[in-house]
Amino acid sequence: MENIISIFVRSIFVDNMIFAFFLGMCSYLAVSKTVKVSMGLGIAVAFVLTITVPINYLLEEFLLKEGALVWLGEEYANTDLSFLSFIMFIAVIASMVQLVEMVVEKFSPALYNSLGIFLPLIAVNCAILGGSLFMQERDYANIAEATAFGLGSGIGWLLAIVAIAAIREKLKYSNIPAPLRGIGITFIITGLMAIAFMSFLGIKL
Amino acid sequence: MSKGNSLFSPANKKLLFGPINMNNPITVQVLGICSALAVTAQLKPAFVMGISVTVVTAFSNLIISLLRNTIPPRIRIIVQLVVIAFLVIIVDQFLKAYVYDVSKQLSVFVGLIITNCIVMGRLEAFAMSSKPWPSFLDGIGNGLGYSLILIIVGFFRELLGSGSIWGYKVVPQAFYDFGYQDNGFMILPPMALILVGVIIWVQRSYSKELIEEE
Repeated sequence: MENIISIFVRSIFVDNMIFAFFLGMCSYLAVSKTVKVSMGLGIAVAFVLTITVPINYLLEEFLLKEGALVWLGEEYANTDLSFLSFIMFIAVIASMVQLVEMVVEKFSPALYNSLGIFLPLIAVNCAILGGSLFMQERDYANIAEATAFGLGSGIGWLLAIVAIAAIREKLKYSNIPAPLRGIGITFIITGLMAIAFMSFLGIKL
Repeated sequence: MSKGNSLFSPANKKLLFGPINMNNPITVQVLGICSALAVTAQLKPAFVMGISVTVVTAFSNLIISLLRNTIPPRIRIIVQLVVIAFLVIIVDQFLKAYVYDVSKQLSVFVGLIITNCIVMGRLEAFAMSSKPWPSFLDGIGNGLGYSLILIIVGFFRELLGSGSIWGYKVVPQAFYDFGYQDNGFMILPPMALILVGVIIWVQRSYSKELIEEE
């Protein structure tokens, strides 16, 4: 249990998707002009990450890893399908996003309308595929750990995009050198925020 | 005879060289930042990453452009993802076979080429509506523009952060004896963001028409 909490907190602050790995930067830069919209996208990303990481974990454990197919019979003990993981993961993510979109549309039209075009775009958000690939690389012990990692990364991403959107709303009133306006200053502020987040590095849980 | 001319006509040259400066995928179109920054702590991985992305962008543009009239619009994202994933798997296996140490350093970022916004962005914006040859050139051009930024960032981060270029020490020992120290801060992720910010600043100071109105 302690281990799970530790993974959860680590993935929010220390291994933050944006500030430590720059994942999902494209939508982070494009959709962070107002707090309201970025909140909607952040929630959608956190939701999809929490679903896809455990599913891909099961795929990895029972299908792709070396020796994972042993439940089919002894002769598969040496089969290694891990070269297929990219295509399997992205297929799971694309279909999950489609499924989530249909479910949300059916049961909560209000939420569906507020998320609008962002739901389908999540399929190509680097943070989602990155979550699954980090899960594969770090080799989590069980599905609870993988889920905690997925949820934590999602919340970390949400936190980052809402924070930068709030700053950018205020930036409208400041006098920035013309060539730095827009994207340039956003990069530099993100860098400064990442430096601030590095102060979590030494924390051991 | 005219074939040689049409292959590299002025319009095609613009496709090839435009993305290197005025239409750069990273600093102007703001695509593909995700993997661009994490791999630039040293020059060598940055270089390998640049080449990999160029190859994937060029060939996925070519393939999708050839298929563009047969892909049903409703499922085009899935088709595009499958084509890209297939190319990325080839690149990944190739890197593992020939430059294993760099492949280990790049870790998940090779896989993340699949969701690199440059690849998807060019497919959607260009290859779906253009002929194969211009699409191929557009892919190469955007890949080169991406590589250029990666190489600039990687060069400065490695030079200032570890005092070396391509793994070879370039800052002489005498400097260290006088008390020069490598700036360990350059190795850390945040400096990549700040460096790209500075590159954008420099580029827009020279090309005024890129300045954003707010």
